[in-house]
Amino acid sequence: MVDKLIWNKALFIAASLGLITACSSNYDMKKSTGLGKSISEQQLQAWNIDINAKGVGLPAGSGSVAAGELVFQQQCASCHGAQGQGGVANRLVGGGGLNTANPAKTVASYWPYATTIFDYTRRAMPHNAPQSLSNDQVYAVTAYILFLSKIIPSDSVMNAQTLPLVKMPNQGGFIPIER
Amino acid sequence: MSNKKDVSERRNFLKKSIAAGSAIGAAVSSKVAFGQNAESNFLVVDPWTKTQGSGFINPPYGLPSKYEKNVVRILPNPIPTFPTGSRTPLQSLHGIITPNGLVFERHHAGVPDINPDQHRLVIHGMVDRPMVFTMDDIVRFPSESRIYFLECSGNSAAELKKATGKTAQEIHGLLSCCEWTGVRLSTILQECGVQSSAKWALAEGADGAAMTRSIPMSKMMDDALLVYAQNGEMLRAEQGYPLRLFLPGFEGNMSIKWLRRIKLGDAPWQTREETSAYTDLLPDGKAQQFTFAMDVKSVITQPSGMMKLKSKGFYEISGIAWSGNGKIKSVEVSSDGGKSWSEALLQEPVMDKSLVRFRFPWVWDGAPAILMSRAVDASGDTQPTMEALLKAKGANIFYHNNAIQPWLIAANGEITNGR
Repeated sequence: MVDKLIWNKALFIAASLGLITACSSNYDMKKSTGLGKSISEQQLQAWNIDINAKGVGLPAGSGSVAAGELVFQQQCASCHGAQGQGGVANRLVGGGGLNTANPAKTVASYWPYATTIFDYTRRAMPHNAPQSLSNDQVYAVTAYILFLSKIIPSDSVMNAQTLPLVKMPNQGGFIPIER
Repeated sequence: MSNKKDVSERRNFLKKSIAAGSAIGAAVSSKVAFGQNAESNFLVVDPWTKTQGSGFINPPYGLPSKYEKNVVRILPNPIPTFPTGSRTPLQSLHGIITPNGLVFERHHAGVPDINPDQHRLVIHGMVDRPMVFTMDDIVRFPSESRIYFLECSGNSAAELKKATGKTAQEIHGLLSCCEWTGVRLSTILQECGVQSSAKWALAEGADGAAMTRSIPMSKMMDDALLVYAQNGEMLRAEQGYPLRLFLPGFEGNMSIKWLRRIKLGDAPWQTREETSAYTDLLPDGKAQQFTFAMDVKSVITQPSGMMKLKSKGFYEISGIAWSGNGKIKSVEVSSDGGKSWSEALLQEPVMDKSLVRFRFPWVWDGAPAILMSRAVDASGDTQPTMEALLKAKGANIFYHNNAIQPWLIAANGEITNGR
C-alpha cells in the first residue's frame, strides 16, 4: 500500500516535470501517415454533383418549361400531384404567406434558391430512381416547377446561365445563426 | 433508510419465511406447474432450477430475453406512406447507452446495402491534395471512442402544436446515445492539406438521397469524427455502415451516414436539407437557419406515459438529460407541476454531449401529481417550459423542441402526457 503511494507520487512528479508522456512512439503526428491515395477532380467527376447557391457546379445542358411538363407528368406527378399541388409527397407550388398558423412550406413559398431545385432533383429524385434523369431533364423539370410556382414565364429555358439568375420569392426569408 | 430495528426485524421475518417455505414448498411443489404461486406466501423450487438450460451460442449473435419482446423501435401510428423515422423505447432503457438494435432510425431514401470493400471516402475542394480513402485506410488511422447522444432535430416536433404522443418513445424517441469509435476528422483532413480559404464543408452520403449538409470548418476541425463502430461493433447498416460522419451535439441529420464525400468550400451550399428542411420558421414568417446545436433537454422515463403506479409508496424517478452545448450541470425534478423543484442525483461520469442519467427518490401519496424534469447545461442554458418556448419561437419552428415534459399521474396511478 505504502509502496504504491510512493510509486504514484513518483509518477506524478515525473509527469509534472515532463519526463514521461502518455505514450512513447515513433509516429510523428505532424507528418502524413501515407494512407489514402491522391485523386484528381476529373477522376471523381461522377460524384461531384453539388451545386451551390451561386450556381457553381451547374453542368452543361438546358431544358424548357414545355419539356419539363412532360418529365414532370412521367416522373413526378404520381407523388407530387399533376400540378405540383402535393399528394403522398410534398406540395411544391403555392402556399401563400409563412406568417400564418399553418404555413405551407413549398418550393414557391419557402425555398430561397432556385439552384437548390436542380441540386436536390438531380441527387435525390425521382424517389424510386435517384440520379436517373439526364441534366437536360433536370433543367427542364426545374423550369416547369418554377413555372408552376409563377416565378418564371412559360417560354423560359433553364441552363447554367439562366437558373442562378432566378430570384426566389423567399430568398430574404432566412436568418443564418450559428451557435 | 429506516431505523436498524425495522431492518433487523425484516431480516428475521425473511429467515423464518424461507425456512418454512423450504419445508412446506416441497410438499406442494407437484401442484405448482410454472413458477411461484402468486397467492402463496411460500416459495417453491422452480422447474428451471431442476433441469439443464439451453446451450451455448443459441443463437450465435445473442438476443434479448423473449420476455423483453415488446422493447422495440416503433413507427408512428398510423404508418405514413413515407415514414420519416423509427423511435427508441426510452422508457424501457436503463443507464445512458442505447443498445445498437434500438437506436432510432432516420433516413431520407432507405438504408443502402454497402460492401465495405467497395466503399470510398473522397475529400476534395479547397484542399492541396484531393484524396480517396478505402475503409482499410480509414481504420488504420489513430482512433478514439467517445460516448455522445444523437438526436433528430425534429424530435418531439408534433408536441409543439398539441399533445400527440402517449409514451416517452412516441414523443421523444428520436434520441439515442452510443459509444462511437472512429477517427478524428481533423486527422484525415490534415492528410489533404486544408486551404485557409476553406470555411465550410459539404458532407454527402452514398444513399439514394445523396444526403448533403454544409458544416462549418470550425466544427469539422474540432470534435467531428469519422465513425465506423458503435457500442463495440461495426456500425449497423441503418446507422451508416460502413462509415458515417459524427458531429457531437449537432442535430442528427448533419452526421451524414454512408459518408462518401467531403468537399471544402468558402460558403454554405444551401442544400435542400438546410433550407426547405431543418430550418426553424418563426411567427413573423422568417426562418432561423443553421441552428446546429441541440439545446438543453431532459425527460423523465421512469415512471412515464402509459405506465401505472400500482400502489402508494416509494418510486425512483429516473430520466435522461443532454445538451449539444456541452455537459449537463444539473437536473431538477418537480412532482407538483413545477411549483417546487428539487435537485436530482446525476450518475457519474457526466460527459460532454452525452446523455446523463438522473435519479430522484420519491414517495407517492396517492394524490394526483405532475412529474417534470428541468435540465441546466454548463453554458448556463435552462430547459424552457412549453409556454416559454412557444412564446419565444412559436409553434411553427417544428425543429428543436426542447420543452419540459410533464407527466400527469391520476389518483388511480395512470400516467398520461401532460403537454
